[in-house]
Amino acid sequence: MKLVIKSGRLIDPAQDIDRVADLLIEDGRIAATGRFDLTDAEVIDASGLIVSPGFFDIHVHLREPGTEEAETIQTGGEAAAAGGFTAVAAMPNTKPPIDNAASVQFVITEAARHSPSRVFPIGAISKGQQGETLAEIGEMVSEGIVGISDDGKPVMDARLFRRALEYSRQFDLPVIQHCEDMNLTSGGVMHEGAVSTRLGLKGIPSASEDTIVARDLILNDVTAARYHVAHLSTSGAIEMVREAKSRGMAVTAEVAPHHFTLTDDAVGEYDTNAKMKPPLRSQADVDACIRGIEDGTVDAIATDHAPHHANLKMMEFDRAPFGITGLETAVGLAMTRLNLSMPRLVELFSTNPQKIMKVKNWGLFAGSVADLTIIDPDREWTFDVTTSRSLSRNSPFDGWKFKGKAVGTFVNGKCVYEDR
Amino acid sequence: MAKRDLLGTQGMTGEEIIEILDSAESFREIAERRVKKVPTLRGRTVINLFFEASTRTRTSFEVAGKRLSADVINVSASSSSVSKGETLVDTAQTLDAMAPDCIVVRHPASGVPQQIAAHSKASVVNAGDGSHEHPTQALLDAFTIRRQKGRLDGLKVAIVGDILHSRVARSNLHALTTLGSDVWLCAPPTLIPAQIDQISCRENQYLHVTHSINEAVEEADVIMMLRVQFERMNESFFPSTREYCHYFGLTADRVRQAKPDVSVMHPGPINRGIEIDAEVADGPFSVILDQVSAGVAVRMAILYRLLGGA
Repeated sequence: MKLVIKSGRLIDPAQDIDRVADLLIEDGRIAATGRFDLTDAEVIDASGLIVSPGFFDIHVHLREPGTEEAETIQTGGEAAAAGGFTAVAAMPNTKPPIDNAASVQFVITEAARHSPSRVFPIGAISKGQQGETLAEIGEMVSEGIVGISDDGKPVMDARLFRRALEYSRQFDLPVIQHCEDMNLTSGGVMHEGAVSTRLGLKGIPSASEDTIVARDLILNDVTAARYHVAHLSTSGAIEMVREAKSRGMAVTAEVAPHHFTLTDDAVGEYDTNAKMKPPLRSQADVDACIRGIEDGTVDAIATDHAPHHANLKMMEFDRAPFGITGLETAVGLAMTRLNLSMPRLVELFSTNPQKIMKVKNWGLFAGSVADLTIIDPDREWTFDVTTSRSLSRNSPFDGWKFKGKAVGTFVNGKCVYEDR
Repeated sequence: MAKRDLLGTQGMTGEEIIEILDSAESFREIAERRVKKVPTLRGRTVINLFFEASTRTRTSFEVAGKRLSADVINVSASSSSVSKGETLVDTAQTLDAMAPDCIVVRHPASGVPQQIAAHSKASVVNAGDGSHEHPTQALLDAFTIRRQKGRLDGLKVAIVGDILHSRVARSNLHALTTLGSDVWLCAPPTLIPAQIDQISCRENQYLHVTHSINEAVEEADVIMMLRVQFERMNESFFPSTREYCHYFGLTADRVRQAKPDVSVMHPGPINRGIEIDAEVADGPFSVILDQVSAGVAVRMAILYRLLGGA
């Protein structure tokens, strides 16, 4: 089985590739780049399009097991493919949490059976994500986890988090923190500021994020582990990560598309689709997120795709769950809202995510699995949430117009999504 | 004709507020008659949908509706309808299917009247939502002040107490600054919400924030005290009721620093001897019961404004 993707702009910063050429794929693997006019190959014309190593969203919630009415590994995987992601890293806060070898095995098996995109499980840091004792991290590593996190909540206990950082070193595993001081958040439901004051909603102060990032950076300094900050949202936290990187610390960070796009104004008149953690913050924070992405402080764009059933989002703002879907709008938002070069976009969506997680790399080199994302930088399109592949509909971007879209997603050389 | 709601005082114009106050003046007189009923809203249905315990506001709306000859139905709903698997939207649509003309909503969560209004053909009146707004309280407060002082612009109004959690404070802040009063908010720093100076829709020169009750009440025309909620103490907003009273309680001595004709107000229910001394609450400057009477007239004016005519 041969496939030639013709005349695309091939971009792979890890291989220092940025040129227009053909890509030859044989038996699900990259064979060569160059010019190919083969009679025995399927040909896809990619002129005017960008051909990139497959995009990798390192922060998604697939809800299976436990909340299959909101999302399954299959539907989440389909939404990923439709958004241009050939791979996702699934957070462990399912019901029950992914905190042992058997449940990691479950996710891997289900994904292999049903998901068009690759699914890499992230294991819990603590047993039951209770924040008390370490989960069996080593056993989960043997089954294939690519990182550890108690995401959904932070590891509040500094002693336990220090142990997690230390213990993870023997596995060269990223330790991913949801940075939020729960005592400071204290029941808050949106960013603390003029909008929360006007709406009479309990605020989540920026300090809730900043204090945990500060604490963790100090702990990472003394443990020399691989600390990764999930969904950065405040100017203060971004500045601390910038400073830590300038000192050479092994710290990486991601920003979610909604945090470089929307401010707390989007809550408007109690729109529960603008409720997530960390919350939408001020314009200064949005600007800081964009600056961080531009100057390299931020390594990756990750969606924090958090589907919730429509019923739950129809509740009182105070009661509605935190989180929005994001897999299908991430690339559109990044290409429309940010002013990035194409190679930088590929770094943020593929090269760096692969570096951050403990995965075997893929790319535009001979022998790599043919996991590819094809981008049309000029495609103008409108997101219609009713057509989403996700089982859930909780997006604040319904009806938004974008320029730039993933129009083809290939896993193992097989097309899992196309939009001609 | 598009339905009209009253969800908050924020965004209301001075003209709109004055219209309601003027209309309330004419309804006030009905309370002085022997037959306290007019046929204005005969055949119209008002549902009082209260998800939170309330005696005075619910009764006030009920009396207002009945004096206008509307059919008034009181529904005491549990705010945990979620436990029955019913969402807020279901509740709104269910009631709406019974074709009421007006739904008066009180709920412990901010924003619920907005959500119900969006899913209902009936006019919705916010009777207090979480820490957000309590517009009818602010309008009856403005009505009371205007009757006492003859005007609203240029008055110094001190609002003292738990501003952070107070919907009464927010609605009064919007309404009174819109009408030209100088509003002084007074509370310990832990009970002043973030960026409060940025929320008013009017010029901020009408808004002052202080942590000194002496500064707040000095030469004040109106002192509005807010109820202290004891459950707040568990969250360390202040150390003890005793210390709170020491710094923020309204004593007779403090009242003497205000204008000689100061009006002392309280939205109720009062904690006597806590935020306000009994001798002040029952004293010559207190207009607390006038506020209650005004409540009926103002709510009649509001129901008439939203439902009348058609």
